[in-house]
Amino acid sequence: MSAILAAIVSIAFHGLAYAMVLYLISVGLSVTMGLMGFVNLAHGVFAAAGGFVMTRLMNGYGVPFPLAVAAAFLAVGAGSMVLERLLYRRLYGADELSQVLMSVGLIFMSVAAAKFLWGPLAQPMTPPAYLSGQLDLGFRAFPAYRSFLIVAGAVVVTLLWLGLERTRFGARIRAAVDNRRMAQSIGIDTGRLFTWTFALGSALAALGGALGADILAIDPAYALEHLVYFLIVVAVGGLGSIRGPFFAALLLGIADTGFKYLLPEFGAFFIYALTLAILLWRPQGLFGRV
Amino acid sequence: MTSRFGVVTLAAAIAAALAAASASAETIKVGVILTYSGPAASLGDQIDKGMSLYIKEHGHDLPQGVSLELIRRDDTGLNPATAKRLAQELITRDHVNFLAGLIWSPNALAIAPLSAEAKVPTISSNAAAVNLTRLSPYVARVSFTLWQECLPFGKWAATKGGFKKVYIAVSDFAPGHEAADAFSKGFKDAGGEIVDSVAIPVKDPDFVPYLQRVKDAKPDAVFVFVPSGKQATALMKAYSDLNMKAAGIKIIGSQDMVPDEELPNMGDEPLGVITVGTYSNAATRPANKAYVAAWKREYGDKTPPGFMSVGGWDAMAAIFSAIKATGGHPDPDKVMAALAGWKNPDSPRGEIMIDPETRDIVQHIYIRRVEKVGGHLANIEFETLPMTKDPWKELNPPKN
Repeated sequence: MSAILAAIVSIAFHGLAYAMVLYLISVGLSVTMGLMGFVNLAHGVFAAAGGFVMTRLMNGYGVPFPLAVAAAFLAVGAGSMVLERLLYRRLYGADELSQVLMSVGLIFMSVAAAKFLWGPLAQPMTPPAYLSGQLDLGFRAFPAYRSFLIVAGAVVVTLLWLGLERTRFGARIRAAVDNRRMAQSIGIDTGRLFTWTFALGSALAALGGALGADILAIDPAYALEHLVYFLIVVAVGGLGSIRGPFFAALLLGIADTGFKYLLPEFGAFFIYALTLAILLWRPQGLFGRV
Repeated sequence: MTSRFGVVTLAAAIAAALAAASASAETIKVGVILTYSGPAASLGDQIDKGMSLYIKEHGHDLPQGVSLELIRRDDTGLNPATAKRLAQELITRDHVNFLAGLIWSPNALAIAPLSAEAKVPTISSNAAAVNLTRLSPYVARVSFTLWQECLPFGKWAATKGGFKKVYIAVSDFAPGHEAADAFSKGFKDAGGEIVDSVAIPVKDPDFVPYLQRVKDAKPDAVFVFVPSGKQATALMKAYSDLNMKAAGIKIIGSQDMVPDEELPNMGDEPLGVITVGTYSNAATRPANKAYVAAWKREYGDKTPPGFMSVGGWDAMAAIFSAIKATGGHPDPDKVMAALAGWKNPDSPRGEIMIDPETRDIVQHIYIRRVEKVGGHLANIEFETLPMTKDPWKELNPPKN
């Protein structure tokens, strides 16, 4: 009995850590899709970029882990603003096919560029000593780094939620998502708002990519390989929502881990069946608006 | 008008002269099909570097007037249709004398019938599907088969290795199943018990749930086959996240789990992992020391050579021998006759031979342990199973 309980705790724990990484990366995608109606399939590129910046700083220049993560967050946020101004802005009014083609093209360019700059191998990610090994909580030990991921994810979720609900910037974003034309007519500069939101979403992806590098290894094809998972989180969670992707990521992370444990031969496909069922039931996603 | 006519005749004269020049000096074309782009590009890189290094070191060994031209094609990954088309083009358009490379078994299996039809000697530098050489009399292999590695490894694990109960966890694709079957047979025949086995989808990024199941079954060891690279790294991370070492569960597998070129990226987690393999760049054989030194001169320290690079090197060694044996006129049947029983005592992995009956490689199989040497992890060979043949072909004689 205690063995079963231990297994359940282990599944919940590892599923939660996985979910946090998925959430951090996907929440920005949900917001930019909901806010700007932009189908940015290249969102994973920012996550990968975050991972590359962090691993490069840590492995190449010996920068401490927290600083490297912060640098990844800021650098990718700033870089994405440039991209938004130069590329994305031109396609805001365009049809979805053009947006998809452009962002898929960006993925392929990023894959080739990353391979050119960093070589084809995955980037080694070694958590700092204080986050390595096991964290003994008395009744059992948990891997320290994954525990840290869960805490970090929870902190970011809280900050995001507070920021959107309690600040003027958040109120503007909510207004623009609800009704962009109305927001514009009461004097909100939606163009600038988009730029900042885009940068925030990309920076969060970079944070997820950097923190999650221990679970989702950083390599040139990252943006392409994990695209399906990010899209599932957004589709199941619902566009334009902060809460939606959170619950979707939890569901995905824990259910995925659990079913792989229980039915290892079929478990990996279960998540797609679950996604299909949820979308048949609620095509707009769990928390999306019709 | 006249001047234009003059230019045309001049151009024609130059073209004729060039054609004559190239006809007098024999150019032997080798079509190289590897993965140069995408997630697995590092594998193509290893093999290509191994081939290029051999040509650089031994180019002067070719018969007088014979030159070698590599025509490289990118199959972009596990992609049999693309690989087949590339082989077709290389054969019909470029008229290659040899095909070489071949990382993925499905790609190689798609190409094998073409090599039989067009009579193009084809050397596999990596593709390990056990029946590959049965599909065409013009296919030879210088890599390994998983049966060749894992069956004797199973035997070793149950006897000298001292493991009684083993859980098998492999990637859910052909090589994974071959490794599982071979290990399982070797292990059970020698008295070991397979507790359970699981096939993990190839694309899965997180191994924790699968290994948790393994941990709950409390075996002595888990036998693993996953593709090299980040899958192997992710597996090692999951192994240490679940604290399985402390639970007394060892991890064993084929060399794909800890290839030499990935070891520097894997942290300290693989320490103590026991694998079976054909090559380690830490081996102290003189031929290997020379190989590693030449590699460093040519490519620097950034990516060390791994077992795949040696597949590239030996493929070129075989092609060079065949060219020399046929006096620079590589008639396909004569080439295959020259390759049957071909021996290379100076391979970086030790002596190798091509079995004249099966055209498969015969070589030493090494049992290795990951240890720290001079601050770096290395696969240290501690036991040699000399000149091992592919056992599958003996267990499954050809049906006629």
